[in-house]
Formats: sequence, structure tokens, C-alpha cells
Amino acid sequence: MPNIGRNLVGLFKYRVLIQNLVSRELKARYRGTVLGFLWSFINPLLLMVIYTIVFGFIINPRDPAFDNNPILYALFLFCGVLPWTWFSSSSIESSNILMIQGNLIKKVLFPAEILPVVVVTSNFIHFLLGVPILLAAKALIAVFVPRAPGFSPYLAFLPLVMLVQFVFSLGFGFLISSLTVHFRDIRDILSNLLTFWFFATPIIYPMTFHTIQESSFFRAFLNLNPMTHIMQGYQNTVFYGRMIPWKRLGVTFLVGCALLVVGYLVFDRLRDSFPEEV
Amino acid sequence: MNAIEVVSVSRVYQKYSARHRFQTFKSALLKGDFFKSLRAEELVTALDDVTLRIPAGMTFGVIGENGSGKSTLLKVVAGIAKPSRGAVAVRGKVAALIELGAGFHPEISGRENVFINGIMLGLSKREISRKFEDIVRFAELEEFIDAPVKTYSSGMYMRLGFSIAINVNPDVLLIDEVLAVGDASFVPKCLDRIDDFRRRKKTILFVSHDLATVEKICDKVAWMKSGRVRALGEPKRTIDLYLQDVADKKEAEFSRRREEVDLEHIPAEEGRREARWGKREVEIRRVALRSLRGEPKHVFSPEEGMVIDIEVHARERVKDFVFGVGIFNSQGVSCYGTNTHLEEFRPRAIEGRGRVAFRIDRLGLVNGTYYLDVAVHRADGTPYDYHRNLYSFLVSSRHKDVGISRLPHRWRFSPSVKMLPPRKGR
Repeated sequence: MPNIGRNLVGLFKYRVLIQNLVSRELKARYRGTVLGFLWSFINPLLLMVIYTIVFGFIINPRDPAFDNNPILYALFLFCGVLPWTWFSSSSIESSNILMIQGNLIKKVLFPAEILPVVVVTSNFIHFLLGVPILLAAKALIAVFVPRAPGFSPYLAFLPLVMLVQFVFSLGFGFLISSLTVHFRDIRDILSNLLTFWFFATPIIYPMTFHTIQESSFFRAFLNLNPMTHIMQGYQNTVFYGRMIPWKRLGVTFLVGCALLVVGYLVFDRLRDSFPEEV
Repeated sequence: MNAIEVVSVSRVYQKYSARHRFQTFKSALLKGDFFKSLRAEELVTALDDVTLRIPAGMTFGVIGENGSGKSTLLKVVAGIAKPSRGAVAVRGKVAALIELGAGFHPEISGRENVFINGIMLGLSKREISRKFEDIVRFAELEEFIDAPVKTYSSGMYMRLGFSIAINVNPDVLLIDEVLAVGDASFVPKCLDRIDDFRRRKKTILFVSHDLATVEKICDKVAWMKSGRVRALGEPKRTIDLYLQDVADKKEAEFSRRREEVDLEHIPAEEGRREARWGKREVEIRRVALRSLRGEPKHVFSPEEGMVIDIEVHARERVKDFVFGVGIFNSQGVSCYGTNTHLEEFRPRAIEGRGRVAFRIDRLGLVNGTYYLDVAVHRADGTPYDYHRNLYSFLVSSRHKDVGISRLPHRWRFSPSVKMLPPRKGR
């Protein structure tokens, strides 16, 4: 066990490399596009528009949580979809990263464990770029929509929620990236799993939705999902302006830490097989 | 003091089949024996109990056929692959030139790639800034350094990769066949850099198929075959052992092919290299290639001689006959041809069995495969039995000269032309 601690801290000594690889990822991602970095803002914005039209205006849920107002519902969606995108693209990229960077692992003495870190970090930065859009939308709605919840001091807990998600995503990333090297099937399983997971997390519906509150099975199921609490963290701090569910989020953090340890252990165990398998 | 110590190292690779992988996945899911199921049953031994001790400051060459374990050895020394058994110890900073430019990102500029690649190889950002000019100048990429790497040619790519790696300034340099892509002006530059390393008493492990370069720059050479060190020692001796082994292998291949020549059934296909024609009033029954000492042989060095031994048989007494031979290279160019008529021999008579030997004192051909025409015909050219390209032999030499024939020659320079003789062993 102390070994893992040392190894994880050992990641720190690669911080310059991680930092450079992350900035390379960010630079390379939109290289050659006309709008460049603006895509980091436009992508979540377009996604929001689609969700608002489909779920807000077409399906048009009547829920008191949003004061029966599709605009408020869209903001609620935005609070969940933005961090979910961070998680899902981190996971999908993690599942491919060792194969994509196979040359580094095969031909250069390269610390493979930094690759999932780079993936999660660069997606985190993308997420961070979306946060100002979220807050701007929130501010606009607070001003123009009557009875919309305003900003609250609980917004200060937002970084804490991000930390929990970071640890959880990284643990998941380690696990997925190393296992996919041996079982390529995981890539396909993962994309389906993520779709299911998305709908099994209160992102497009609130925890207070009547069907969930009426069914103890649904409630228990959702509460077992770590992403539920992370998403509620975002929704509470940004949308409702409430305290984070700190007990549940605390447990989620511990689960995230455990996943990180397990993920790293599996990664470390499989590490020697990477050069010939990727 | 040894810079590299490899002590009884074995490296076993796992061989998976598609079916096996599926079973692994299934058994991992069903039986839950996840780690155990990753152990494959089929194993390939890439390194088999290899022990090498390379003193600091030595340039050590490793030669051998493809798949003999050279690259695996280098990867084990570099720490990229872990030995299955045994121990590896390397003293000092290591730089491995296994694949140049591995890890370049195609979308970003050469400049940014230099920094990231440098950091990957263990340089600090400040060190790279300091060496940046040198790196770019050495790679001859001043004009293109800000262009995305995806626009580079493979030569530019390789030059930049080499330039970064060499500027890491390691104590131990591992080189794996990376100079093969360089053009005629860049390779000597690289070799100069390697020479520079030698002078500064750095340790170099050099894996290459370029035997002339190995012989030139290495202090000691190991020859690897099927994962084992077959010979280790003085470069020229070791290379000769290796070449002898290669020649033996080719010889075996050639004699196998030779046995397959069925003189009675030469398929008469359009465009085939081999053919036989003639009414066989005088028949060529057998053709054998031999060394001057009379042993059957198919792989020759240019300095060697060759005897073409021809068995003929004339059904009836024939008075008008000419024996001829022709040597063609693989492009079908005639390298030499002659016959007894051209050389003004005067045929009298042939009947029954006979033997004709064509003796070449010194082959003097360049590297390559050669095909042989052997014929007996009338003075006017009407063939009795013409064997077209039915026989072949190989000339294998370490000289890199080109053309058809290796003319006997000598260079001479006036004192004002400063020219050093070839390095040792030439």
C-alpha cells in the first residue's frame, strides 16, 4: 500500500511533462479549425440548445422544480451535461489512449501512467472553459426570468465538487485504459455503458422528479451511483444555490479514492504487458 | 567499471490468437481468474539466457538476422521491456534511439515537438531552450521548425528525432538501426556525432544490419542468433562468423532449389526466366557449380573462382558442336558470355558421354544473384540443347560497389589531396 502512495505522488515529478502534454492536447485539438478555441465554448452551447428544444419545448416537462419554465430546465440540464461531458470524454479517451500512444510505450522509456492523467486533465480544462458560459447563462436567467434562483455563496463549493469528480474520473481512467489493452471489447461496452450511465444519473431529470420520489427502488439505485452525488453537487451549487450534499459527496470522494487505488493497482499490475500488447 | 550489465536475461513473449483472446475475456468474466488468464500458453523466446558486460566507454555492436533478439535486447537494456528472468543494470543516463520521433504529435509545430520530446527524454525546459538552436541546426530544419510536423518528410522527421535524442547528452546511447532512413549527407553527420560520443568515452550499444559501419565504429561485437549470443569478440572475427553462417544458410537454400530443377519438365510458359530447347543430338545431362577445389557451391565471394561442370551425352557421333556459357544478373543483363567457337576452338568429334569444365579463376562480380545459360549448339547457332537460366548462384560480398563487374582497381592520391585510408579492417 505505501508503494501506491509513493507511485501516485511520483506522478508529481512528471508534472512538467504532464503540463506540456496537456497543453499539446489542447493546442492540437482544434488545430486547423477556423474557430479554434471557440469550439470549447460552442460545443456545450450547441448541445444546450438541442437539449432545450427537445426536452424543454417538445417534451416540455411540467415540474415545479423548474417553475414549469423550459428556460430554467435548460439551465438545469446545462449544470449536469457540462461535467458529464468531461467524465464521458475522459473515459472514452482513456480507453484508447494507450493504443493511440502505443509508440511512446513501445519505443521510448515513457511513464505510461501519465497518459490517463493527461486525458482527464485536458478534458478538465475543456470543462473549465465551459464553466464561464454556464455562469453567464445563469446570470442572464437570474436577471431576466422571474422567480429564477440567483447566485449564492455555496458557489464557493464548486471546486470541491470538481475535485471529487477528478479523483473519480482518474480512477476510472486508470482502470479502463489498462484493461482495454487486453480486452478491446471494453471500448464498445464502454460507449454503451456511458449512454446507460448518463440516463441513470439525475442529469436530464432532477432527483425530486415525482416518479423517482415515489419509487424506493429508483431512489436506492440512483443513490448507489457515485455520479448522482457529483451531479447533485453541481446542481446544488450552481442551479439551486444550495449547500452541497456534503455527506454523500464525502462518501463519493472516498469511493473515488478507492477506485483510484484499485485502478492504479490494476494499471501497475498490467504495465509490463503494455509494450507488447498495445 | 561496466556501464551495462545484462546477466542471464531471458525474455519470453506471449503469443495470443484471436480465439485465445476471446477465451481469456470469457474466462476472466466467468471464472474471475483475471490475472491468471492473462498468462498465455504459447510463448516465444526472444532472449534466451543472454549475458553481456559492457565496460564504460566501449562501443558495442550487436548483429544478427531479423528476429534474432537484437531489438529486444536493446529494449530490455533501455528499460522499455522487462526481462522475464535475469537482471539488467545500466549506469548513467540512457538515451534510446529506437524509433526516432516516436511521440511527435503531427498537428503541432516542430518547435513545440522539440520541447515535448526533449522533456520526455529527460531534459528540463531550460536545457532544451539552451540547446534548441543546436538541435534545429543539426537537423537542418531552420526554415520548417514552425510548421506542423505532419508536413515533414520522413527524412525531416527522422533528422529532428535524431537531433533531439543526441542532444540529450546521455552516458549510455542505445541505437537501433535508426540511420537506415537518413539520406547520403545526413548519415555521415550522425556517424560523426556517434564518433564524437566515442571520443568522449561514452558507452554505445549499436544494433545494425550495416556490417561495414559496425566493423568501423565498434570495439567489440556480439552476434545473436535465435535469442542467444552466438559469438562475442573482436568485430572482424565476429562479423566473419556471422557472414559465414548467413552464407551457409543461403548455400543450403540454393542447393535445395537446385535439387528442384527437373531437366525433363521445364514448363514452356511465356515470360518465364527458365527454359530449355533443342533437339538434343548432344544433350546436357547435368550442370554443377563448384569451387576451384571441386566442392559443390552456390554462394561465392567476388574473389573466389568457380568451375561450371557440364556432363554431356551425344547419341551419335557429332562433328559440329560448340559449348557456350552465359552469365546474367537478376535484371537479365548479360554480364559475360563466351563459347568455344568465339574462342576458336576446333571441334573434331563427340560421341557418348563427356565432360566439359568451364573454369573461372576469379569471379569478380558485384553482389547479387546470377543466372547461368549453358548450351551446346552448331557453329551456325542451331541448338542441340540450350539451358536458359536454369542455374543460379549468389555473389555475396561486403563491398558496396555497384555495376556488373568488380574491376581490379587501386586508388592513388597526390599529397595535396588529403584522404585517409578506410578505417581498420578494410
